[in-house]
Amino acid sequence: MTLCTGRGFAAINYPIGMNLGGDPSQALVHSTPDGKFKVALSSIDLGQGMKSVTRQIAAETLGVPISDVYVDTADSDTGPHCMGSFASRGTHRVGNAVIRAATEARRAMLEAASEELEVNAADLDTDGQGNIHVKGAPSRSITVEETALAAQFKQGRTLSGRGIFLIQPSEADPDTGEMSPVSCFAHAALIVDLTVDDETGEVDVTEINSAYEVGRALNPKLVEQQLIGGAWMGVSHALYETTEPYYPAREHGPTDFNDYLMPGPGEIVPHNIAILERPAEDAPFGGKGPGEMCANPVIPAISNGVYNAVGVRCHDLPITPEKVLRGIRANGGARPQGQPTGRR
Amino acid sequence: MSKIPVQFTLNGTEKAVFVDPGANLLDVLRRGVGDLSPKYGCAQGTCGSCAMLIDGELRLGCLTLAEAVSGARIETTGGLQTGEEPHPLQTAFMEGFAAQCGYCTPGMIMAAKALLDRNPNPSRDDVIEAISGNICRCTGYQPIVDAILTAADRMRGRIA
Ligand code: FES
Ligand code: FES
Repeated sequence: MTLCTGRGFAAINYPIGMNLGGDPSQALVHSTPDGKFKVALSSIDLGQGMKSVTRQIAAETLGVPISDVYVDTADSDTGPHCMGSFASRGTHRVGNAVIRAATEARRAMLEAASEELEVNAADLDTDGQGNIHVKGAPSRSITVEETALAAQFKQGRTLSGRGIFLIQPSEADPDTGEMSPVSCFAHAALIVDLTVDDETGEVDVTEINSAYEVGRALNPKLVEQQLIGGAWMGVSHALYETTEPYYPAREHGPTDFNDYLMPGPGEIVPHNIAILERPAEDAPFGGKGPGEMCANPVIPAISNGVYNAVGVRCHDLPITPEKVLRGIRANGGARPQGQPTGRR
Repeated sequence: MSKIPVQFTLNGTEKAVFVDPGANLLDVLRRGVGDLSPKYGCAQGTCGSCAMLIDGELRLGCLTLAEAVSGARIETTGGLQTGEEPHPLQTAFMEGFAAQCGYCTPGMIMAAKALLDRNPNPSRDDVIEAISGNICRCTGYQPIVDAILTAADRMRGRIA
């Protein structure tokens, strides 16, 4: 038995969102009487951090503390319309809608404050701590809470805003077929190190080194964790997950998730990530969002690594021990490809 | 079929409920008692999201007959904090971004608590072994293992 080492590389240009039929997202922002802001969205947070990121975006745009902003994604029956959480579109599309809604709500807030302070709204600014003051004269101020109370109980005004962000449907040019299916791209490149056991066909990913370019990382810790978890999902997709494992006939196959192979904590792959930031012009504060791109490049990199280790090309997923072994047998043994000398 | 009276303590509080014969404990806690902290994942013992401590032992709520826990002491993440103060495992999970969707988190934390209760100084491999019955779809496990080791360090009085 030999453990053959292999290294695989893959890179990706990943389109953010889609717009074949148009890609809209809406957001609604309103304040309670005590000056807290609610953001209503219909894209949900599946754990990727939508709520955290849209909350940051809303607080930053409104100019209020993040603790005074609450994001509600609970119910697409009552929330504003949104296409949803998919295609890595959340941060970009929903974030842009939130900026627009929060900008309108901020304008209403400053107008209400200007009535109380008897100054022009254009001369007012926020300190991000819950106060609104006259520019250059911080002592002439009113709290956001007092402003909200006055607006709702004295002035008869809502501190609210509506926002929609729409990527127009892209029509193909009738002559050239050219179209523009996306608004911006995220990028990644990664190197996977692995071993292949030439007797059992088992592939063991030993390390991933990657660089992901995600625009501005609006919440760096969340981005890093999303990338680590997503890349691991790529490993899982490449090597383990299928509803049709191994068995020659369907009736011998699995019938529920008891038999669905997913790697557990014993299959953790060490992963070193460099996050590169190239803020996109049309993105909220430059953030594109990592989304599905976390997982995608891992799969071809592993496939390339297996080829590098034993000379077997697997053309369908997952790359099971059986497929690797059949490939090795067909080649008359493991055929390591282009191995540099001195590989660790 | 007539209902069966069952008494147990849940996170230190006495509970008395009538359960259907054959009802599983997870259902009884979530629907009957209103403790939503153990999660309903697979309901067949494969995911670990319903893990809880019964008389100090790690058990799966979905595979435990409710009528069998009479007199038992049940602990779930719902009762881990002391007043406003989260349990060190909860703090370490929050700080270490060890929860994304959070669905696996209660089971992970109870599996970790079962480990730390009997071994306050676990190795990385001990931790991996202890949570090997728990599936996480989001994190890739690494931050969960790190958080459990951090909590163990802090609980032994050393700040990691
Ligand atoms: S719900 Fe009990 S193990 Fe999955
Ligand atoms: S955090 Fe989502 S399943 Fe673990």
